[in-house]
Amino acid sequence: MPSFMGYRRPDGRYGARNLVAIIPSVTCANDVAQAISRQVAGTVAYLHHQGCCQLPPDLERVTDTLISLGRGPNVAAVLIVSLGCEGTDHERMYEELSATGKPVEIIHIQALGGVTKAIREGTDIARRLAIQLSGLQREEADISHVVMAIKCGASDTTSGMASNCAIGAVSDRLVDLGATVVFGETTEFIGGEHLLARRAVTPEVGQQIFDIVDAMETRAKSIGCDMRRGQPTPGNIAGGLSSIEEKSLGAIAKSGTRLIQGVLDYPAFVTDQKGLWIKDTPGREPEILTGMAATGAQFMCFSTGLGAPQGFPSMPVIKICGNPRTYERMEEDMDVNAGLIITGEKSIDEVADEVFAKILRVLGGEMTKNEAIGYFSAIDIHCLGPVI
Amino acid sequence: MEERPIAIQASTKDNVATIFAEGIVAGTEVVVLDPSGTRTLMEVREDVPYGHKFALRDIAEGEQITKYGEEIGVATCSIDTGAYVHVHNLDSMRGRGDLEGDK
Repeated sequence: MPSFMGYRRPDGRYGARNLVAIIPSVTCANDVAQAISRQVAGTVAYLHHQGCCQLPPDLERVTDTLISLGRGPNVAAVLIVSLGCEGTDHERMYEELSATGKPVEIIHIQALGGVTKAIREGTDIARRLAIQLSGLQREEADISHVVMAIKCGASDTTSGMASNCAIGAVSDRLVDLGATVVFGETTEFIGGEHLLARRAVTPEVGQQIFDIVDAMETRAKSIGCDMRRGQPTPGNIAGGLSSIEEKSLGAIAKSGTRLIQGVLDYPAFVTDQKGLWIKDTPGREPEILTGMAATGAQFMCFSTGLGAPQGFPSMPVIKICGNPRTYERMEEDMDVNAGLIITGEKSIDEVADEVFAKILRVLGGEMTKNEAIGYFSAIDIHCLGPVI
Repeated sequence: MEERPIAIQASTKDNVATIFAEGIVAGTEVVVLDPSGTRTLMEVREDVPYGHKFALRDIAEGEQITKYGEEIGVATCSIDTGAYVHVHNLDSMRGRGDLEGDK
């Protein structure tokens, strides 16, 4: 049974990183959160663009997503930065995050008398938290503690024939070892939803899969135009993908072959769910990376053909490149070359072995390419209603 | 590595194959690899970029275009064996808010 060296959290989960998260409760607090994070080592700030002047269901969705991000096992402690008049519920954030047993602090910019005073106070708190948690040692953890997120982005026709197939093989192995795997990108089920529904553990879960795809497609069609250029993107089309159906059939290959246990809402945090799960998310990087980090994933396996460089503040993103030409050009941003499947130099299983070994190393602290160069600002919360 | 450029047919039901080679111009012969590993030599009748598709047989206007054994769209005109297949002759049937009577 494989294991990894992780940071044990008070709730029994194991993190692959040991970070202090600075969470703005609303976009208006971003500058303060960013200033604190720049000043204090070992911190990350979630600089999102939501949290006020939205309809109540979206405000709840933003609150829930920020709570889930703070609960993530890679987060050791949390500092919430509130403006004071926002629409999100910063008190519920503080209460629910404190209940996890992690150190949680909160500051209010208006109550502290302004931005510079809040930066001063927040920096002081963050410095104290960072020092307090920096001595924590890694402990051996069973692989069943793993929550893996998967995604494909900047896809071309190699994605569905190489990198997604390798991730699918890794997903099957992790599910068989008792871990949790979560995939999303509901837009990219369009045309392949019947294949996913066939793998649903119950007819109800199968129906849920059809329902989330229908809702996503209906939202797209309500604008009254052809979805192409939005999905598939101009880059996908240049890469040879002719329709959303073709893109989807390649995209779902990354979910492997195991049964699908259920559908999670966008803000949902995985508690005791094991096996393969779907999270209802769009395909765009900031929104899905945020949704997947909110799941509690310690890392993400990200398949690409054209070369997507994005990362997330608190979730290492392992780039698995299906296109051998892209790997050659963008090796500095790509972690694994699945293009060798296309050239016939490696089998899907051989690349899956390589991905699995990389996963264990990343769980134990090895940096991904995007972590090493600090390219990790792909963050935003997916909302359903208008900004008002 | 292959001597001739290679194209992959993902499922035996497919009427298109994806070419993973550079410099494919009209008249280039490619090896089509099917899921069982059988290799068939075929002539590509138009220029096809890396990662793009060509027709493995004649496809009639309105006929389904199949990849991975599943529908990826419909032919907007008749497509000859060996022709380039992409957005110019393949129409997506999903997410089409522009189509009257679409569900």
